[in-house]
Parts: sequence; structure tokens; C-alpha cells
Amino acid sequence: MMSSWSTYQSWIPLLAILVSLAAVPLIILSSRRPNLREFWTIGAGVGKFALVFSLLPPLFQHRLAVLNLGEIVTGVPFALKADAVGVFFALIASFLWILTSFYSIGYVRGLSEHKQTRYFAYFAVCLSSTIGIAFSANLATFIIFYEILTIATYPLVIHKETEEAIRAGRKYLAYTLTAGVFLIAAATWTYLLTGSLDFIPGGLLQNTPLASQTAVTLFVLFMFGVGVKAAIMPLHSWLPTAMAAPTPVSALLHAVAVVKSGVFGVIRVSEFTFGPQLLKDYHLDSILLVGASATIILASFLALKEDNLKRRLAYSTVAHLSYIVLGVGLVSSAALLGGMLHLAFHATMKITLFFCAGAIYVHLHKEKVSELDGIGQAMPWTMGAFAVGSLGLVGLPPVNGWLSKWCLGWGSVTAERPLFLIVLILSGLLNAAYFFPIVYRAFFRPAKEKYSGEASPLMVVPLVITAGLSIFFGIFPDVGFKLFQLAKEAAILLFGGLR
Amino acid sequence: MLSNSPALPPLIYLLTGIFIPLAAWKWKKLSFWLALGATSAATFFSFFNLSQALSQGSVSYRFGGWIPPIGIEYVLDPLSGFVTSVINFIAFVVIIYAYRSVAQEIREFRWTPFYALVMLFLSGANGIIMTGDFFNLYVFLEIGSLSLYGLIALGDKKSPVAAFRYLIMGTVGGGFYLLGVGFTYLVTGSLNMGDVHHILFNLSPSPPLIVAMTLMLIGLGIKMAVFPLHGWLPDAYTHAPSAVSAIMAPIGTKIGAYAIARIFFFIFGVKLITQVIPVAQVLSWLSAIGIVYGSIMAMAQNEIKRMLAYSSIAQVGYIGLGLGVVSPYGFIGALLHILNHGLMKACLFLVAGNFRLKLGHSRIDRLDDSLRQSMPWSSAAFTVAALAMIGVPPTVGFFSKWYLALGTIETKNWLFLAVILISSLLNAVYFFRVIERMYFPSQKLTKAGKNSFNEPKMGKREVSFSLLLPTLILALALVVVGFLNTWIVKTILMKALPAGL
Amino acid sequence: MIEFFLGHYAYWFVLILLVIGLYGMIIKHNLVKKVIGLSIFQVAIILFFIASSTKWEATVPVLANHHEKIQAAAYINPLPHTLMLTAIVVGVATSGVSFALLILTYRRYKTLNETELLKRMSEEDAE
Repeated sequence: MMSSWSTYQSWIPLLAILVSLAAVPLIILSSRRPNLREFWTIGAGVGKFALVFSLLPPLFQHRLAVLNLGEIVTGVPFALKADAVGVFFALIASFLWILTSFYSIGYVRGLSEHKQTRYFAYFAVCLSSTIGIAFSANLATFIIFYEILTIATYPLVIHKETEEAIRAGRKYLAYTLTAGVFLIAAATWTYLLTGSLDFIPGGLLQNTPLASQTAVTLFVLFMFGVGVKAAIMPLHSWLPTAMAAPTPVSALLHAVAVVKSGVFGVIRVSEFTFGPQLLKDYHLDSILLVGASATIILASFLALKEDNLKRRLAYSTVAHLSYIVLGVGLVSSAALLGGMLHLAFHATMKITLFFCAGAIYVHLHKEKVSELDGIGQAMPWTMGAFAVGSLGLVGLPPVNGWLSKWCLGWGSVTAERPLFLIVLILSGLLNAAYFFPIVYRAFFRPAKEKYSGEASPLMVVPLVITAGLSIFFGIFPDVGFKLFQLAKEAAILLFGGLR
Repeated sequence: MLSNSPALPPLIYLLTGIFIPLAAWKWKKLSFWLALGATSAATFFSFFNLSQALSQGSVSYRFGGWIPPIGIEYVLDPLSGFVTSVINFIAFVVIIYAYRSVAQEIREFRWTPFYALVMLFLSGANGIIMTGDFFNLYVFLEIGSLSLYGLIALGDKKSPVAAFRYLIMGTVGGGFYLLGVGFTYLVTGSLNMGDVHHILFNLSPSPPLIVAMTLMLIGLGIKMAVFPLHGWLPDAYTHAPSAVSAIMAPIGTKIGAYAIARIFFFIFGVKLITQVIPVAQVLSWLSAIGIVYGSIMAMAQNEIKRMLAYSSIAQVGYIGLGLGVVSPYGFIGALLHILNHGLMKACLFLVAGNFRLKLGHSRIDRLDDSLRQSMPWSSAAFTVAALAMIGVPPTVGFFSKWYLALGTIETKNWLFLAVILISSLLNAVYFFRVIERMYFPSQKLTKAGKNSFNEPKMGKREVSFSLLLPTLILALALVVVGFLNTWIVKTILMKALPAGL
Repeated sequence: MIEFFLGHYAYWFVLILLVIGLYGMIIKHNLVKKVIGLSIFQVAIILFFIASSTKWEATVPVLANHHEKIQAAAYINPLPHTLMLTAIVVGVATSGVSFALLILTYRRYKTLNETELLKRMSEEDAE
């Protein structure tokens, strides 16, 4: 399958990473002129998305953009490669950043937040590292961008600088830096075993003779490394605590960039370092399946009992991330297709929900589910979007969530593990149990106070757009971004066909 | 002149050190300029030496033309060229810093002796590195150490006591080393390092040889501050003047490490130190304990310089561990860490000095977030250096950890791998404590002690340019060298490996 | 066994001196006595080298006249002696530095007793 793909040298992957880094000094210098400053952010976002999008046509002709720039450490180049999986992730991250930037502007201005320049500047750095993670062609490049993402997100997590925020930041760093350390251990070990760290479809290690104990230990080390950001239980507990960050941070970083980098790492390690064959041979897939299923079920139950809206969404995120891990663990092309689609679709749905939570907070200063009675009448667009997002996460058409879930279900059948179909169905029911009451309260219970209408359009328009996208992709998954096509390419590449 | 270049670094310093008290009798500032001139010349020559060693291979320099083993020989090879380049460059940056720092912290009649002693210390350091003769190493070891004791005593009120403690331990260390040299001489009949190396090929290990190795390990270990011989370090680093700490931390312990690397790996040989007498194993275990001990003690400290002192014990442990696992990557990691830690610690001590000069103290519990406005550059430099110590790419610290991790996995020392990686998390704990205080307003201030000898406050702005520039140069170097690490490893360090690795 | 002790009496003496020196440095509380211990320690090392250079039935390495052939075996080894000249100088310098430090300490804390000194230093911290 690899033989039909060719590569060509291109600076575009690097430029896509750098465009937001270049915006950082401009943002800092414009700190006294907020509109100019925000212009740089939006401009960088649009530029980034355009660059990533431009990689699509060659990709569908089976041509990959690559770039090698010197060596990071001896024997390992700094290498970027825009393959299907990477471009897929980069597309979602860069597009949603544009929307989040508009939303952020509404949010921080609505709250008159302090240190806005720092906020926008570090946000830009985070997106740089996220695209870097997407395009990394080997583990060393990946780790470098992964760690930079960790450090760059810290100022955003502690943004409010309250006791709670600082403690959240400490917990966040404790978890993520520990994970980074595991990654270094795993990567250096891999280097000594194979002499290379490249991401190769089918697995870097596929031809290396490995003792079963070595394979399992190495895999577990990797999973500790990427699993923290991917919020696999029990490494997840930083995520609910990190909800102390401002909502746009939670929305983009903790629903899209950081956590999706984690599952992206799971995909890269499982499919490109180990490979489907090794996953089956050494029963590594069982580790993934058990961890994912446990996370899905437990996190959903934990979401049920949370009254704080953002924390409920956080636990829901933990559960949905493990859908993707489940997709990897089922080791079949349909499952991987479903997992990758869920990476994108969950992002659009979850970001909608977080945007709604933020709009409610800015406009009405309400954080708890129990306080949301009747706001649907006052904020119909916001709660409408919330309803759309919830439908999708439960897995109901026409919202895009149904498509990814269906593929995952199909994948669990073709992989002859129908047990996980039950996990998916059960999870859907639990999702309904913790989302539908919110929607019900908002629309069908009388309001306790008089509410004054929707939040600022800067916030409402993005969330309507993401809700609309969620419906749109549910019906036409290939229009515009060709997401379905991309994911299909990736699955075919890794598994040699679509079953 | 250039054919004498292997000998020039120590000699330039030595002559300047003697010359400064004479020349600067009347004009005290002249001592600074002479010191700066000597350091730049020595740095230039060490880089020149390094490039020569890389292109031509090892160069042997004979003093007075006497052939070894009768004469004293200086050996220039990639290892010695590399280490001299590192320490001279760092010394150059710190001397620039010393101009203001010494003027503020030390009384005027002591300025000339300060610069003279710094020259002698650097002469000793360079001499240890360049020399190819065991006894010559002892001589330069003592030159460097004695001047260092004097330098430390120029600090605050407690500094003579700290210096005295270091003197006792350091001289015992030198004495043990000398005894070790004596035993080596008895066994081999030569004091020349290359000669001894050849003679040892034909000798089977005997009790005097074992004693010699043990004594040298203890003696040089005191200098290197290997656990449990580190007791002199915390007080010495804390009470010395800022510029002295900044010059001592990157250089002092590293020359002990270099001496151990040279003597045990190149002369006694890898086989002797691993299979016959487990010197390497002992070193690696003690280093591992030192790493854990240093990191934990650093977390308990309340004053930045003391915290950095314990941190240095841990970092020297990295180097010892890299040496002790006896693998190519481990050795490379250790050498790279000599460079990296030198840059990181020098930067950190310069920032601590900035704090002392501007705020009058460097206690952590008295820092508050006004530093964000009043000292933005120093705080930023501290943050960069802290990230480097923790090991965040692309700063240099990440790459040290990478190679050391490779070294420990290569030799299947899983426990050491865990020690190295866990210690970077411990580093995060004690560095982020300071970073949080510098940037965030929510911590309450607590009552502080006053045992500093210095006057606070230097005006509303950040510390002056001549203090900031070196700090920022080093902080920038932490990232630049990070990007250059592969080049450094491939062109220099891989050629510096001893035979048998 | 007797041979082992009597034949190497010089080295046993050196060992005893080393121990006395270390004892002085560690156990004694007076700082000056520590310095004395240090000196004894260094002298012990010097004696070690000197002792190792001797040979049975050999004489001092001074040439009486230049005409006869020089038999190296008849002279004791002069190299350790020259090394020890340097070491003695190092010892002198060390003593000088240590006394300077002690004078400075005494000026600041008015005591040269280690326990008293530590007490005064920690009192200073507590203020």
C-alpha cells in the first residue's frame, strides 16, 4: 500500500506551524490596541487553516509533503510529514481555532478579563505546537512539540490566578510532566531497539523481534506517556480540575487541542510505532480495550453526579476520548475510521457545548446545572446549539456523532468483539441521562429569574456555526474538508482495505 | 605562539593572576580589565585548541622540550579541548557580570585580590584539564582550590566558616588524591598519564593499585561533591559572593568530574574500572543517591542560592551517573551535561545575584509578584533556566536527559533511568515554587530573616545592563545550544570517547 | 607476620599519623586544632612519599664526583623528594589560607570553638 504513495519536499507544514508563532511578537507588541492584537490572532488562524487546507489536494493524489531539517538528537531528524492522519487533525485544530478566537474575544471582553495579551499570545503558541504534533514524522519531533504544548498551556490554565486556578495548574503540570518523562523513557528505548523513531504505517517495530515482556512494558510506558493527555483512566483527573481555566481554553484546548493531541498520540504510537499486527500479537489491543471501556463507563457515571456544568462536560470529554482509544484497540479499519471521525466530530460537538457553557457564564454568571431552569426561552440559540451537541454525543442522527459511533459499532462487529458494541450503546444511554435533563430544564421548566436575552454575538455566532457544522457533517461528511475521505485513506493505508 | 597553544590557557591565567596585584596597585578598575582580557584570550585559545584537536587529533605539548616521562606533558584532545572551552566561555560571561556585582557586594580594598584569585582559580581549573601528568594535576588542583577558598571568604558574614569547612574537606581530598598518585607511582614507576596507561596493560591488578584507585576516587569525589562527600557544598555556594557562586558552580565540580573521567576511563581503562574493581558501579550508585538526595533537599530550602546548591549536588550526580554506567551514550550524556549544567547553573546564580542586588535578599518566601514588573528580564531568564533544568525541549536540559536515558537503557540500568527521569519531576517542584511566587499574586508573604551583608535597592529599574547582559546571554545560550546539540555530539563528543566504549 | 609489621614500619607510622590528623580534624572542636590536624595529615602524606623512595643500603642522591659510572641502585629515588618539596609548599600555603580564614572568623564571631561558633551563627539566623 505504501508503494502507491510518493513524497515531495515542501515548506508548508513548517509554515503552518510557524505562522502563529510569528504572530506572537505581533500580539505582544499590540497589547495596547486590542483590535489590532485580535486581528493578528484571527489572521494567524486563517493563514494556518489555509496552509493546512492547501495540503489536501496533493494528499488525495497520494503525495505527501515532507520536510527534514537537521537532526534533533543524533540519528533522529527533525522531520515533518503531512500524512492523512496528521492533516486530518491539523484541519480540525486550525479551523476550530478561528472560531474559538472570535469566541475568546467575546468572552474575555465580556468578563473584562485581565492579562488578555498573555492569553492570546500563549494561545497562539499552543496552536503552533498542536500543528507541530500533527505533522511530526517521528517520535522525537512529536515529543518536542508535545512538551512545548504542555508548558504553553500552563499560563492559560492558571489564567485567572486564583488559588483554585494555581492549584489546577500544579496538578496539570504534575500529570503532564510525568507523562512527558514516560514518553522520553519509551522513546529512547525504542530508539535503542530499532535505531530509528520514524512513524511508519504498519509499525516501526513490526520487524523487530521483541520479547513479549518487552513489548508490553514498552507499550505501557508509551500509554502512560500519551494517556495523560488522552485522559484515559486513571490518568484523567487533571482534566476536571483544569476546568478552572477560562471557558475558551477549556473548549479549544481541553476539548480539541490538548486532549486530541493525546489520542492522536495514542493513534500514532499504536498504528505507526507498534502497528496493528503487533497490537494483536502481544495482546496490546486488550490493554487499550479494557482501559477505554472502563473509562467510557466510569466517566459517564461520574458525569451524572456533577452539578457544575463544565465539570460535567469534562467527564463527558474523558468518556468520549476513550471512544477513539476504543477505535484503536479494536484493530480494524472500520473501527479506526470511526475513531478518527470521532476525533473530529466530538471536537465540533464538544466545543459547541463548552461555548454554550461559557456564554451562559458570561451572560448570566451561572455555572451549575441546577441553576439552568428556563434559560432556553431567553437564550434559544445557545440552548438550541446545546441540544444539537447533546444529540450528537448520544449518537443520534442527523448530528455527526451518529456517523462516528456507527463506524465504531461496525468496527467492533467486524473485529468480532461485539461486547464493545454493548459498551457503545450503554454509553449512549448514559450520555442521554446526563445531557437531556439539561436541555429539558432549559426549555421546559419555568425560569426563576428574568433573563435578558442572548449573550454577545461574538460568542453566539461561533457556537451556532459549530452546531451547524455538526449537523452538516452528520449528513455530508465529505463536503468542504473531505473529512470522511481523509479518515478512510488513513484506515485503508493502515489496514490495507476497508472492512 | 600558536604552537604553544595547549599550554596557554592555564598560563595566561597564572601570569595575569600574579600580575594583577602589581599592576592594579593604584587603579583598582584595571584589575577588572586585565581579568577580562585574560579570560577572553584564554577562551579564544581554548576554542582554537578545540578546533585543532578535532582536525588533527590529539596534540601533546612538552614543557621545556623534555620528553615524558621525565618532563611534564600537556595533552590536548577533544575531551580536554571541549571542557576548557566550556569553562572559559562561562567564566568570560561571569566576569562581565562581576564588574558590577563585585563593586556592590565586596569592599573596595578587596576588589584587586578578587580578580587575582579568580585568575588563579581559572588557572588551576584549566591546568587540571590540560595536564597529562598526575602530580601536575595535584599542583593545579591545589592552586585552584586554595584560591577558591579565598574567593568564598569574600562573601557574607558566615563565608569564612563555609570556606574553612571547604578548606578542610578539600585539602583532605587533595591529600587522598596525592596518596593515590603515590601508590600509582609505586606500582608503575611513572607519573605521566600516558605512560601509566601503557604500563598498566602489562600489569595485573594488585592491592596497591586498588588502593590507588580508591584513594583517587575519594579525593576527586570530594572535589566533585559526589554524595556523601558533598558536605562542603551547600554552605560554600550559599555564602559566597554572587559572582563567585556563579563561577564556582559551573566549573568547580566539573573539574573533579573531568579528572575522574580522564583518570578512570582513559588511563586505568574501562576494563579495570568495571570488571576488576567496581569503581564505576560505586560511582553510579553514589551518584544516583546524590541525585535523589539533592533534589529532595532542594525542595526543602527557603533561599534560592541554597536551593541551587543542593540542586547542583543532584546535577553533578547526573554526570557521575552518566560516567558510571560505562556506555557510549552515558559518557556523551555526562559530557553534554557538563556544558548544559554549566550554562544553566551560571544563569541561575546570576539571576540570584540580581535578586540580591536589587531586593537585598534571595529568599523565596519574600519574593512576590511585583517582580513581574520590577525585574521582568531576570524573572524571564530564571524561567528559561528552570525549564532547562526540568528538561523541557528545546532547551538544553532535555537533551542531557535524552542521552543519559539512552545510556542507562543501553546498559539495562532501569533503576537509574527511573532516578534520572523522576528527578526532573522533583526539579519541577522546587523551580515552580519560585516561578509561582514571581508571577502570581495569591501567596501571602511571611516574615524573613536577615543575614545578608549587603545593601538593598538599586533604583526603580531592573538591574543594570552589565548585570543583565550576561544573564540573558546565558539564557539565550540555553536554547541555542539545545538546537546545536546534535552538532556538538557528533563533531566533538563522539570523538572524545575513551577506548573501550 | 612480624615481617609484615617490622619490615614496613614506616608505612604503619604514616598510617597512624593519617589517623591522628583525621581525628584532629573531625573530633576536636577548636578550629586551630583542626588546622593542626590538617597539617599532620599533610605531613603524613609527605612522609609516605619519602619513605617509599628509600632503598636498603642506598645513600643520598648527591654525586660525589663525576668520574665514576653512576649506579642508580646506590642512590635513593630523588623524584618523590622533589615532588614533596612542592607538597610542602602547598601545605604551607594551605596553612596560611586557613589561618587567614580563622582570623576573619574570629573577628566576626569572637570565638574559635566550633560548637560556640555554630551556636552564634544560628542565633544570628533567628534574629
